[in-house]
Amino acid sequence: MIAKPHVDWLALSPSLALLAAAGTLLMVAVFVPRVARRQASAFVGFAGFVAAFVFAAFLDDRSRHGVTLVHDAMFRDKWSSLAQVLIAGAGAVAVLVSYREHMRDEHVAEYYALLTAAGAGMAFFVQASNLMTLFLGLEWFSIALYVLTAIDIDLIGSLEAGLKYLVVGAVGSATLLFGSALVYGITGQLSFDKIAASGHRHDAMFVVGLAMIIAGLAFKSSSAPFHQWTPDVYQGAPTPVTAFMSSGTKIAALVVTLRVLQTAFPQDGSLWRWAIAVIAIISLAWGNIAALVQRNVKRILAYSSVSHAGFMLIAIAAANPLGARALLYYLIPYSAMSVGAFAVVAARERELQAPVTLQNLAGFGWERPFLGISMWAFMLGMLGFPLTGGFIGKFYVFAAAYERGWWWLIVAGVIATMISAYYYLGIVRAMYFRDRAELQLAPAGGSPPSDVLLDAGVLVALVVTVGSFFAVQPLIDLAHSAAGSLPF
Amino acid sequence: MNDWLTTILIVLPVASALVIAIAPFSTYWLGSLAALASLIEVGFWITAASKFHFGSSQLQFAQRASWFRDLHVSWHVGQYAFSLWFVGMTVVVMAACTIYGWWVGRDRGRAYFALMLLLTGAIVGVFTAQDLLLFYAFFEAMLIPLYVLIGVWGGADRMRATITFVVYTVVGSLLMLASIVILGLQQGTFDLTQMSTSSSTWLFLGFVVAFAIKSPLFPLHGWLPITYRESPPEVTAVLSGVIGKAGLYGLLRIAIPLFPQPVHDWRVVMLVLGSASLVYGSLLAFRAPDFRGVVMYSSLAQAGLIVLGLFAHNALGFDGAVLQIVNHALISTSLFLVAGMVERRTSTGEFSRLGGMARGRPALATVIMVAGIISLAVPLSTSFAGEFLILAGVFQQGWAWAVIGAVGIVLAAMYMLRAISGVLHQEVGPAVSERATDLRLGELAVVVPLLLCLLGLSAWPNLVSGHASSSSTAGWTRYAP
Repeated sequence: MIAKPHVDWLALSPSLALLAAAGTLLMVAVFVPRVARRQASAFVGFAGFVAAFVFAAFLDDRSRHGVTLVHDAMFRDKWSSLAQVLIAGAGAVAVLVSYREHMRDEHVAEYYALLTAAGAGMAFFVQASNLMTLFLGLEWFSIALYVLTAIDIDLIGSLEAGLKYLVVGAVGSATLLFGSALVYGITGQLSFDKIAASGHRHDAMFVVGLAMIIAGLAFKSSSAPFHQWTPDVYQGAPTPVTAFMSSGTKIAALVVTLRVLQTAFPQDGSLWRWAIAVIAIISLAWGNIAALVQRNVKRILAYSSVSHAGFMLIAIAAANPLGARALLYYLIPYSAMSVGAFAVVAARERELQAPVTLQNLAGFGWERPFLGISMWAFMLGMLGFPLTGGFIGKFYVFAAAYERGWWWLIVAGVIATMISAYYYLGIVRAMYFRDRAELQLAPAGGSPPSDVLLDAGVLVALVVTVGSFFAVQPLIDLAHSAAGSLPF
Repeated sequence: MNDWLTTILIVLPVASALVIAIAPFSTYWLGSLAALASLIEVGFWITAASKFHFGSSQLQFAQRASWFRDLHVSWHVGQYAFSLWFVGMTVVVMAACTIYGWWVGRDRGRAYFALMLLLTGAIVGVFTAQDLLLFYAFFEAMLIPLYVLIGVWGGADRMRATITFVVYTVVGSLLMLASIVILGLQQGTFDLTQMSTSSSTWLFLGFVVAFAIKSPLFPLHGWLPITYRESPPEVTAVLSGVIGKAGLYGLLRIAIPLFPQPVHDWRVVMLVLGSASLVYGSLLAFRAPDFRGVVMYSSLAQAGLIVLGLFAHNALGFDGAVLQIVNHALISTSLFLVAGMVERRTSTGEFSRLGGMARGRPALATVIMVAGIISLAVPLSTSFAGEFLILAGVFQQGWAWAVIGAVGIVLAAMYMLRAISGVLHQEVGPAVSERATDLRLGELAVVVPLLLCLLGLSAWPNLVSGHASSSSTAGWTRYAP
């Protein structure tokens, strides 16, 4: 008889809630009549993310000490539960943004099923505590996202983006898997703790394995030079999917990167800290410089997400408790700004029935004051200006780098921020300083009905973006206790 | 109540801005609301001034609340004797400019008034923040409304103006951010009242570059011409009147007290830059083809003069600099607003097309004459007092600096008289039509109070200069070698 491991259901509840929602949505696709399918599936998807949010928050409250579960396959600690809270929050807002997205009726339930499944995968991924669950979680949410990217077959470029994502993503996954295999081959261990306990090794194979794990995760967090898929996929995917992908994937991949490196490879810190710092600088340089020449707003935001990966990697490279805190704090306003910015793009896209470029944002800020001001706040936040959490996030990241003694990372971050001012403010300029008369394109079919759900989503993002500037202490306390789960 | 005064001065305009952004009123009423809010702000400042103990060297109306503990950052605001005057000039100038914007009826009023009030709050914050990170937050926050104010309501070439302006200021302020992060973490606190001094030249330069761009100082004034020309006149007035002063304030509150050793090493460089700004700005002002150009380059010159006073590094120079900062805020605001009024009447500011406006327009002539005469530091005027103190202070560093300063003052007389005669006297210019009216009551209501403040200060300059350095332990005196 096979001995069944003890299963802590509460610890798995965020993933399970989302999986349940995904399952229900597949039923909805079959049983709910077409007229009500859109509402019903959006409702179930939203409920799934909210339930996951609540469970994760509850879990965060109830996990004072980090423990491992199910034969050391998963972690139950504040580090993962806080990340799950953020992922679930981003997912809930993405559902609000998705509601009015143009979609074929026969796909709508599957769309939400995939969205919740991707969320479940990310929630699972951040809890991973051995190389198997790590790979499983990665593939789980990646496959859901591949399909989501290509789901809108009427959208030009969507299919292409999906294929690109699939091919490049598969390379990333394979790299991670190969790296894991090498590490397992050397240490004979799968679980992170035991890899760490197996001692320090100067083995070339071990180092190659570590490097490949870092690269595999860097594919997912779209850090340069592993970001090549990002602009095309962000541009080609339906905008609500991009919104979720840009925040959810980033949260999951970065949180796991620090966890894996710090838990499984603490003795090799001198190696991977440098590697991460180099990747951070390349991301900052590449993301910001490439964004300068873009015209399509989704592509600009894609490159900006590369550069933000760079900022957060600075916190990881610092590899100290302050850096862990900085990473988690940074992710809070970042995910809000990212989801919010793509939501605004989605709104404009529906208005014009055309891709949003700097050119056809003209006059948007005056026509839609709420969305305009929100976009303004998101751009300032990404730039790291005060009155948004982005400012405090960058400050913490720099503080972490300083504590490590790597002041040159601060200099790199500062230069990157200077460059980024051009394109972030360029979006503000496009929205406010240009007249509507300069718009090259007439809005298709006049003014669309105001989208209350999308506005609500943007409002949530705005409140988090601005609120995180004022309520730093409570958020830092959360991040502080979460960072306590990592062995520093 | 007293503890709350500084916080109220910051929060009141910001809160009014939020109300204006969402209140369902017509533009006219929103403008009235903004004007009212800015006047109430002045009222609160007068209350603060009346309750201020000028004899005391302590931080007053101070309030402190932890913002985030692990890096020791707090909301710490308060006023020293000199900060009180900085705040005073800010609220007066901002009230005048907001009311002027209301009077000329800027389109898209909701956004315009909300941004002006937001800007007021941010500037007051800069002058009262006693925590470095808070200071930086306010310093950057100033840029947000300014960017839109120039970009939306500016002239034809406004796009280029905003980019130039933003590139310069963002580069400067981010260098400062790097310095702030390193300095604060080195010392374990960001609280300016608790910080000890640092001897790092790099950190000092990070601050100085940011402040020199903002002030602006030669050779970092590249953003000045296009930005000042393309902005709406009242925004130019704010830029020159108070935003530039934020840079000078930074020098006197942060760069000079925190870095005694680098200040000592770099004093000559700063004095040279100040002199260069003074002479170069004055020469450009003398050559400028338009009214705004003269006032614009004269602000560059004045910033140079004030830097001479600050880096004279003695009580005389410090007092003179503070007095001259307040003077110049009021003078340049009046002159830029008047330049705007002239441009409204003639649709140009170029001297070649202006002239002879004094005839039949006594109010305009009087206003320009009074502001111009005070600005060229005629004896008995408040700017004479300020410049005299600065020269006396810098003389102690070497007589040559005082000579350069005196040359600058002579040049000021030349360019200002040229500007006055170019607008008011000589033959009637082609752009000046018979129907161009004298100043209206609304315009006078904006400018005359500014001039009255200047005349009041002329009668009693000691009000500002008397308590600046002697009563301030926060100023450089605390750390002076």
